[in-house]
Amino acid sequence: MGFFIEVLIGGLLSGVLYSLVALGFVVIFKASGVLNFAQGSMVLLAGLAFVRAQAFLGETFPFWISVAGGLAFAVAIMVIVAWLVEKFVLTRLINQSSLSLFMATIGLAFVIDELSQIAFGSEVYAVKIGIPREPIIVLTGLFDGGVLLNSVDLWAAIIAACLVLILVVFFQKTGTGLALRAVADDHAAAQSVGIPIPWTWLIIWSVAGLIALAAAVLWGTKVGIQYSIVFLAMKALPVLILGGFTSIPGAIVGGLLIGAGEKLAEVFIGSMIGGGIEYWFAYVVALIFLMIWPQGLFGERLIERI
Amino acid sequence: MAQIERETNGQSGIGTTPILSVNNIEVIYDQVVLVLKGVSLAVPRGGIVSILGANGAGKTTTLKAISNLLKSEKGLVTKGIIEFDGRRVDNTTPNDLVSNGCVQVMEGRHCFAHLSIHENLLTGAFTRRNGKAAIQRDLDAVYEYFPRLRERRKSLAGYVSGGEQQMCAIGRAMMSRPKMILLDEPSMGLAPKIVEEIFGIVKTLNEAQGVSFLIAEQNTNMALRYATYGYILETGRIVLDGSADDLRQNEDVKEFYLGIADSNRTSFRDVKSYRRRKRWLA
Repeated sequence: MGFFIEVLIGGLLSGVLYSLVALGFVVIFKASGVLNFAQGSMVLLAGLAFVRAQAFLGETFPFWISVAGGLAFAVAIMVIVAWLVEKFVLTRLINQSSLSLFMATIGLAFVIDELSQIAFGSEVYAVKIGIPREPIIVLTGLFDGGVLLNSVDLWAAIIAACLVLILVVFFQKTGTGLALRAVADDHAAAQSVGIPIPWTWLIIWSVAGLIALAAAVLWGTKVGIQYSIVFLAMKALPVLILGGFTSIPGAIVGGLLIGAGEKLAEVFIGSMIGGGIEYWFAYVVALIFLMIWPQGLFGERLIERI
Repeated sequence: MAQIERETNGQSGIGTTPILSVNNIEVIYDQVVLVLKGVSLAVPRGGIVSILGANGAGKTTTLKAISNLLKSEKGLVTKGIIEFDGRRVDNTTPNDLVSNGCVQVMEGRHCFAHLSIHENLLTGAFTRRNGKAAIQRDLDAVYEYFPRLRERRKSLAGYVSGGEQQMCAIGRAMMSRPKMILLDEPSMGLAPKIVEEIFGIVKTLNEAQGVSFLIAEQNTNMALRYATYGYILETGRIVLDGSADDLRQNEDVKEFYLGIADSNRTSFRDVKSYRRRKRWLA
C-alpha cells in the first residue's frame, strides 16, 4: 500500500507540470479559439531567457538578485514576444479561419525555436533557483518506511497551485478577465460593446508567456533547459483532450490524471506486458476519451437553443 | 406620394443638428459585392429613426458601416461620409466609437452565452472609466427598466428566453452610457407581445434618458408606430423617406410593407405586375 501511494503521489506531482503547459494552451484557446502550437517553443524561449540572464547576473550580483533579475528579464521577453505576435501575426490574420491561425502558430513555433537558440545558445543549461533537491520522506507513521517524495515536484505543485489561483481570480473577478471571457464567447459582440480585440490578444499571449516561464523554470529544475523541452507541448495535448480545451480546472485535473495514470500504469500494468507504456499511455487515454466524451471532463458544452 | 417630401441629402427636419449623419455612402464587401449604393440618412438628437426594408436590402450593412464593425467582415465604406456627434467615424475604432457614445445592438442579440446576465451587463461598461459607483448606479437603473433581467441575473445568458436576451443586449448597450443606440432587428424571432414590450422600453429609454435610436426593422408596422421618421431601403438604395405618419399613409408602403391594399387586386399575380410597373424612382 505504501508503494502504491508513493507511485500515486509521484505521478500526481509530475502531472502538475503537464498541467502547467496545458494551461498555456487553454488561456489562448479560450480567448481566441486558436490552438497555439508554439506554446512549447514559448516554454523553451522563456527558459533560455531566464537561465542565461540569471547566469549573466550571477557573475556580479548575489544569488537572489540574479534569480529575480532573470525572472524579470524573461517576463519582459515574453511580453515583447506577445506584442510582436499580436502586431505581426494575429492582426494580419484577422477574420481568417482558425485553421489558418493554427498554421501560423506552427510557423511561429519554428521561428521562436530557432531565434531563441541563436540568441541564448543551444546547450543544456541547468536551472538553479534554490529549490532543495533532497527527497523528503513523509507518513513514516502510517506505512512501513514512509512515502518518498521528490522535493522539486513538491515545490512545483505549490507554485502551480498559486499560479492557478491567481489565474482563476484574474479571469473570474477582474474587469479585464471578464472582458477576456466575453471575447472568448463572441468576438463580434465583444467588439460591439467596445472591447478592443488586439488588446485582448496582447494580454492573453502575455499570460500564456508567463505560464510558459513558470513551466520552464520548474521543468528546467528537473531536467535542465534544452531544445527537447519543446516536445513537452506534445504531452499537453492528451491532457487537453482529457480535461477539455476551454477549462482551466480541466487542464489541472487532466494533467494530474495523466501524470498519475501513466506512472501507475507503468508500475502495475507495465510489469505484466514488458514495460515502457509510460510513453504512450496518455495518448491511448486521450483516444478513448475522444471516442466517448469528446468535449473532455470540463470542456464547455455548446449552448444551443432550440 | 405627393405629400412626402423627398430630401436626398437626408435631413429629417426634426430638431437641430443631427447626432448622426450618413452622407451618400457606398459599401463593398470582399472588394466585389456592392451592397450600399449611395445611402444618406440623418438621425436628429433624441429622435427615433427607423430603416425599413426586406431581407438583403442593406439595413444591417448600414448600421455596421456606422458602428465601424464592417471591417471585421471584409466590408469597406468606399465612398461617402459618416459623422457621429460632429466627428467622422471612418478612422476611429469600434471601441473609440463606443466611448464617444455610439453603440450597436447586433442582429440576433449576440449575448455572451457563457456569461451570466449580470456579467453581460457589466461588459457593457467596459469603455467607462468613471468608477464603480457610477457603474453600479447604472446597473440598478437597467434593472429598473428590465425587471426580468434582475430575476435572471445569475442565469447564463445562453439559457434565457429570446426576449430576455434582447433585453440583456439592450441593457448591455445602455451600460456604456450611449448617446445613441443602433438597434438591429429587435423583433427578430420574438413573440408579438414581447416585441411590443421591447419597443415600449425603447420609447421609455428615448424619453427618459434622451438616447437617440436608429432601428433597422422588417416589422414595418411596429417600427413606424414608435419611430418619428423612417427610411425605406431597397437593394442598397433609399427609395423613400418621410415622417412615420406620412409613411404609414403612403399607398406603396401600405401595399408592399404593411400588407394593406385598398384596391380590389386579389391575386398575387396582380400584385407582382403592379410592383413591376411601379419601380421606385431612385
